[in-house]
Amino acid sequence: MEYLAILISFIFINNYVLVKFYGICPFIGVSKDVESALGMGAAVTFVMTLATAVTWMIYNLILAPLNAGYLKIIAFILVIAALVQLVEIIVQKFSPSLYKALGIYLPLITTNCAVLGITMDAIIIQNYGLFKSIFAGFSAGLGFTLVLILMSTLRMKLNFEKVPKYFRGVPIAFITGGLMAMAFMAFAPTIIFKLFPNL
Amino acid sequence: MSNKNSKINILVRGIILENPVFVLLLGLCPFLGVSNQVINSIGMGLAVLFVLICSNVAISLLKNLIPDKVRIPAYIVIIATFVTVVELVMHAFTPELYNNMATFIVLIVVNCIVLGRAEAFASKNNVVDSVLDAIGMSIGFFFALFLMATIREVFGSGTFLGFRVPILADNPIRVIGSPAGAMIVMGLLLAFFNFLKDYLSKRSAKKVESLEVVENSLDSKELNTEEAV
Repeated sequence: MEYLAILISFIFINNYVLVKFYGICPFIGVSKDVESALGMGAAVTFVMTLATAVTWMIYNLILAPLNAGYLKIIAFILVIAALVQLVEIIVQKFSPSLYKALGIYLPLITTNCAVLGITMDAIIIQNYGLFKSIFAGFSAGLGFTLVLILMSTLRMKLNFEKVPKYFRGVPIAFITGGLMAMAFMAFAPTIIFKLFPNL
Repeated sequence: MSNKNSKINILVRGIILENPVFVLLLGLCPFLGVSNQVINSIGMGLAVLFVLICSNVAISLLKNLIPDKVRIPAYIVIIATFVTVVELVMHAFTPELYNNMATFIVLIVVNCIVLGRAEAFASKNNVVDSVLDAIGMSIGFFFALFLMATIREVFGSGTFLGFRVPILADNPIRVIGSPAGAMIVMGLLLAFFNFLKDYLSKRSAKKVESLEVVENSLDSKELNTEEAV
C-alpha cells in the first residue's frame, strides 16, 4: 500500500517536472517529437532507478557509519557520472539497437537535475529504506517520462498553430507547460489520504 | 584601451545580451525552483556567485594540469566541493533559508551555468578574466532571479520581502505563486526578452546605418569639393 502511495505521489502529486522543476532542461529541449521524448524518458527512468539503489548503499553503508555524511554531494554526483558511463558501455555492448535509440541522450543524463534530485529526496530528506528508495526512483522516472511524452505531443500540435512572433519556440513551450502544471494541480495530496486513510 | 574595453565587455555581457537564464536558457531548474520568494532568490543568487567565482578561479588555475579526457568529471568534483562549502555554511548560519531550498542548493552542482562557464570560458582564459566572467554571469543570473521572484511574490502572495503590498495583499493572484504560475510568468518574460533583443538589435542596426549614411555623405562631399577644386 505504501508503495502505491509513493507511485501516485511521485507521478501525479509531486511530479518532478511540473511541480518541482527538476529536469526542466530536457523537458524544454528534448520534447520536440514523441520518439525522442520516449527515448529520453526511458533512459532517465533507468538511470534514476539504478542511481537510487547505488547511492542508497553508498550513503547508508559507507558514508553514514563513517560520519562522513557531508561528503554526500561529491559522492552522489561521482556515482551518477560513473553510472551513466557504465550504462552507456553496457547498453552499447549488449543491445546495439537500444544504444542507437538512446545514444545521444545518455551522456546528457549526468547533468539532469532529476537524477541528483531523486537521490537527495529519497535518501536524505524522506529517509526511505532500500527498496522504497529504488521504487521512488522508478516512479519519479515514470512521472518524468509521462510529462515529457504529453509535452511532445502538445508541441507537435503547436507546430501547426499561428503563434505570435516573439512567443515562438521556448516561450510558448513554457506557457503550455504552465497550463499543464495547472491541470496537475488538481491532484492534491488529499487524494492519497482519501484513498489510503490508514497511512 | 581595447584591452580595458574587452574586460568591461566580459563583465557586462552576462547581464543582458548573454543573460544566462533569459537568453542562453541555462540553469532553469534552480531558477524556477526558488523564485517563489524574494528572500530565497537573494540566497540562491549569493550561493551561485560564490560557487561560480571559486570554481572559475580553481579551474582556470588548474587548466594545464587537468588531462583533457577527464576534464568534465574533474570540473564536476571541483564544483561539488564548493557547493558542499556553501551547503554547510548555509546550514550553520541561515538554517531557515536552508530549509526553504535545501535540495536546490545541492542542485547547483548540476547547474548548467557553472559547468558551462567552466567548460566554455575558465578552461581557456586567465584568472582575472575568469573572475570577471563569473561576476558578470552571476549578476545576470541574480538579476533574472530577482526580477522573477519579485513578480511572483508581489502578485502571488501580495508581499515583498515580507512587507505587505497595499491592494494585492488582500487579493493575491495565488496561481502566480504556484509552480504552474512560475512557468507561465517564465514564458511571458522570455517572450519579452525576445522582443527586447529584437528591438535593441534593430536600433543598433539603425545607428550603424545612419553612421554609414553620414560617412558616405561626408565622402561624397569631399569628392565633390575635390572635383570643384
